[in-house]
Amino acid sequence: MSNILLYAEVTKDDFLHTVLFELAYKAQELSKKLNNADVSALLICKTGLSESFKEAFINSGFDYVYIAEDDSFTHYSTELYSKVAIDIINEIKPDIMLIGATTQGRDIAPRISASLHTGLTADCIGLDINENGQLAATRPTFGGKLMATILCKRLPQMATVRPKVFKPAPENIVKDTKFIYIKPEIENIEKRIEFIEFVKGMNSTINELDSAEIIVAGGKGLKNEAGFALLKNFAESIGACVGASRGAVDMGLASADIQIGQTGKTVTPKLYIACGISGAIQHIVGMQDSDKIIAINTDEKAPIFEHCDCGIVGDAFEILPKLTDIFKA
Amino acid sequence: MKILVCIKQVPDTTDIKWTENNTIQREGVESVINPFDVYALEEAIKLKNNLENVEITALTMGPSQAVEMLKKAIAIGCDNGVLISDRKFAGADTYATGKTIAAAIKSKLSDFDLIICGQFAIDGDTAQTGPSIAAHLGIPQITYVKNLDKCDGKCIYATREIEEGFETLRVDLPALVCVLKGTYEPTRPKINGIIKAQQANITVYSMEDIGLTPDDVGIKGSPTYVSKAFRPINTRGECEICKDCDTLALKIKEFGGLNNE
Repeated sequence: MSNILLYAEVTKDDFLHTVLFELAYKAQELSKKLNNADVSALLICKTGLSESFKEAFINSGFDYVYIAEDDSFTHYSTELYSKVAIDIINEIKPDIMLIGATTQGRDIAPRISASLHTGLTADCIGLDINENGQLAATRPTFGGKLMATILCKRLPQMATVRPKVFKPAPENIVKDTKFIYIKPEIENIEKRIEFIEFVKGMNSTINELDSAEIIVAGGKGLKNEAGFALLKNFAESIGACVGASRGAVDMGLASADIQIGQTGKTVTPKLYIACGISGAIQHIVGMQDSDKIIAINTDEKAPIFEHCDCGIVGDAFEILPKLTDIFKA
Repeated sequence: MKILVCIKQVPDTTDIKWTENNTIQREGVESVINPFDVYALEEAIKLKNNLENVEITALTMGPSQAVEMLKKAIAIGCDNGVLISDRKFAGADTYATGKTIAAAIKSKLSDFDLIICGQFAIDGDTAQTGPSIAAHLGIPQITYVKNLDKCDGKCIYATREIEEGFETLRVDLPALVCVLKGTYEPTRPKINGIIKAQQANITVYSMEDIGLTPDDVGIKGSPTYVSKAFRPINTRGECEICKDCDTLALKIKEFGGLNNE
């Protein structure tokens, strides 16, 4: 019988990363297409911590949770965690393994997949089961013009998914979850990495974009810092948060933590205003679930106009100050 | 100390032009060193400036034109360039790419102390090749590195930038690190660097040279494959084009739930 294994990441402040619940709900959907395949989680954490997560697992539709607890798991370590994960995977032989595309997920996933000689599809925006029972993982291809569905010919079929790409279950899916404790074999691991310190950072911008009602995002069309200053003025006039496309970040006009898109953040505001953003698929997938989308672009043929409710063809350098004046008046 | 820097040639995205059919115009688009890899080179050069006897080798897998990129790497301060190139490598996914690069390192460059990669390549964006190389070589990896520090040839300190803050780790060498983009201007080549690059001999290794078979590389050696490519469906319907800013402002008020006072 096939089964689906999810990596349960523990955050620095000892919570389960919420991406697990988004993956769990998606896994329920995949499970139905695989004759109700078991949905399991793999949890590596410090001694005693798993107890506090049990209710969350029971309420999220997990059939099994494989737990490796040890005091040496106080801080995430690639070498320890990947060794333990690989041992458990070799034991339970999942057909599918899904991992959140967080910094930890993106660190451990390729380490596991390469060690198991299998494939890994990064930053998927769609997961399905095809007619042959294979995991069909969809992500944009280079250039942002097309989506590609990627299959894997070895097991487990592995994929990473960014937080907030999928939605968690609207209500509890209660299961008779079995918790299986595994004694990790870590005595013989040569410890080559030593944890020195952790300094908590300020994540204010990231949280602001997550909860923003209106986001005004700028792209390469804003050309320079003066363009971004106009964008910020306009955002202020309507009480919006500022975001950016990958192009603007690459040009050094905006910092990477406000990047929206496949490799940045996924946002779902009430209103998303895209200024000078052409609309590559990588950007669209990060904002397409906004309630309403407005585009400002000089090129009437820009793909962004295929993904918005309303727009204006024109130069953001002229339009943004006009709009700012209207809203400040 | 021997440092290997893995670099990738990517199309220059700041130079993307659209054709009439909304496809990317490939002709005349320049190839550049992946922006993250530029900072991988920078980190290596910084170590070379601060330590005695550091030798940097820039390494890439790609078509024969990638020789030019390796010469640029020499121009800014690398000592050697190595190109792993073979038609049979075409279509490799990150697993096969990691395996191929690791095989080249194992067979030809095994006396390295540190491998530095860029965290992402801006074309594929998978962030998988670095960890894949480390896994194939069986060496420790540190990803999302913002800063490398205090290297004594036996170990190095690396600070990672993660969601919650900054984490500092010490790793025994040999090891692989994947670095993020720095916030500083990269080094520009100096005259003597350019001369050195012009005179440099780039070593090229083929599949046989590094001891792999056709089953290990390219499409054959890749566990993943593209089953179909398609245009995404637009579910939002027709876009309403506003004639002027006043009309647009009304829409912004309506959609954004802004008060009309």
